[in-house]
Amino acid sequence: MTVHQLSVFIENKSGTLVKVLKLLKQEDIQLIASTIADTADYGICRIICSEPERAYTVLKEAGVAVSLCEVFAVELDDRPGKAADAIEIFAGEGISIAYLYSFLLNGKGVLIFRTDNSEKAAEIISANDLKIIREKDLSKLL
Amino acid sequence: MSYSKFYNPEECLSRSEIEALQLERLQATVKHCMNSPFYKERFRSIGLSPSDIRTLDDLRKIPFTTKQDLRDTYPFGIASVPLEKCVRLHSSSGTTGNPTVILHTQKDLDQWANAVARCLWMVGCRPEDVFQNSSGYGMFTGGLGFQYGAEKVGMLTVPAAAGNTLRQIKFFTDFGTTVVHAIPSYAARIYEVMCEKGIDPRRDTKLRTLVIGAEPHSEDTRKRIENMLGVKAYNSFGMSEMCGPGVAFECLEQNGMHIWEDYYIVEIVDPDTLEPVPEGEVGELVLTTINREAMPLLRYRTRDLTRILPGECPCGRHHRRLDRMKGRSDDMIILKGVNIFPIQIETILMQFQELASDYLITLDTQEDNDVMIVDVEMKDLHIDDYTKLQALSREITRQLRDEILVTPKVRLVPKNSLPKSEGKAVRVKDLRKKY
Repeated sequence: MTVHQLSVFIENKSGTLVKVLKLLKQEDIQLIASTIADTADYGICRIICSEPERAYTVLKEAGVAVSLCEVFAVELDDRPGKAADAIEIFAGEGISIAYLYSFLLNGKGVLIFRTDNSEKAAEIISANDLKIIREKDLSKLL
Repeated sequence: MSYSKFYNPEECLSRSEIEALQLERLQATVKHCMNSPFYKERFRSIGLSPSDIRTLDDLRKIPFTTKQDLRDTYPFGIASVPLEKCVRLHSSSGTTGNPTVILHTQKDLDQWANAVARCLWMVGCRPEDVFQNSSGYGMFTGGLGFQYGAEKVGMLTVPAAAGNTLRQIKFFTDFGTTVVHAIPSYAARIYEVMCEKGIDPRRDTKLRTLVIGAEPHSEDTRKRIENMLGVKAYNSFGMSEMCGPGVAFECLEQNGMHIWEDYYIVEIVDPDTLEPVPEGEVGELVLTTINREAMPLLRYRTRDLTRILPGECPCGRHHRRLDRMKGRSDDMIILKGVNIFPIQIETILMQFQELASDYLITLDTQEDNDVMIVDVEMKDLHIDDYTKLQALSREITRQLRDEILVTPKVRLVPKNSLPKSEGKAVRVKDLRKKY
């Protein structure tokens, strides 16, 4: 019920992000969404892309510090308040969101997030009929 | 009140008088060392007898003593007196391997205090002065060493100890402190805080003299600190194996540190061949204590690189002058007056499963403050989790601090991102402004 996300450790030095993006470009891997959070010394670049497993191998072999993680992707109607409704469900069940980002894809809102308790999050998603995006569906939306 | 320029008559000895006194004290010391199980065995093993030391040059027949010898005989194996005659011990901080221990009898403490008092008197300290010691106390010899010396001069002595800068400044103004002992980077920090609080050292304090040392610093740094605080700053040299502070000190000329040759015999040797270098050239400082009872050390290799300044000092003292320390003949790092070996850092880092094996220690000067940055390569774990990454760097920082007693800045870096040279990793990069 999850999709793969690349988490890339980016040193706070010029050129490190470009290196990662170029490697993906060379392999014709398409970015669907990405986000960088930073501290003073380093950042974590999180990437949703086509063919995440191949992307992981490419980066790994090029010596990039990368890990492949599983995150939830929930599809929402592109209307005000939809994100609030979804998050409220998790908050009500005492699940903390470790991080979250969102983007629009073909007129649909997509919420990507990771929680502190994946199992319980999966139960809540099923119980509340939230619309999950699967990995194969993600590339189809492109 | 008018005082003599000199604290001890020994300061004014001529070269020949110094050398005669040295030979007399060396012979007595060597004889006394036969009470030490360590030296007794060492002399026996090479067939050397105390009576073979007939001239100062005969000193070279005696093998060197090293830090490793101190560790191997930990804690009391080199002592030349029974333990019940000792009244104090000081010890190095390191927890990697055995620390080094130096024992003192009451006479040793008195002689040490006298040497420190002589140094302070030489830079103009008098009983009317108020002396504030911003050095760490406890095992660190810069605390008690200066305390006893300053009290011996007769100064009102404030054992302020290290840290708490606001309180240090309050003491300056409340107690009328005229003389401060601090490491150079801390002196700069004190000035910074004074500026923040709107305190002008020239207007609001009576500071006149600053005693610095224990931390490598350049002539420029000295000048800058003098200008900041409106003081004269005098460099000093000491090490716990040689009691602590008071081994060598600048006089009012501020040109080289007089080493007290009635306390120590000085040799400068090539660290590779261990042969003496020509007069005036840089080599490793080797010292023999000739005025110590509990634990004399013969030909102790300090690992500090320096040279003897040629020529006479206009101050009238014939005790020769050491140049500023030029570095080390081993990999020891001196940061904020604390001695650190890279192996101590490596030992801590290797205990973290999350880390790969490469690391880089960078020493740098940031806003007049010497800092240590430790870059550590991570294995590819926890990359998605800031909380864990931050907890990891916090834990590394904490453990390093407990070991090396200064707080480094720990940076997590990706695997294989640190520079390597000829297959061997570069471990220490020193970018500080010094020497």
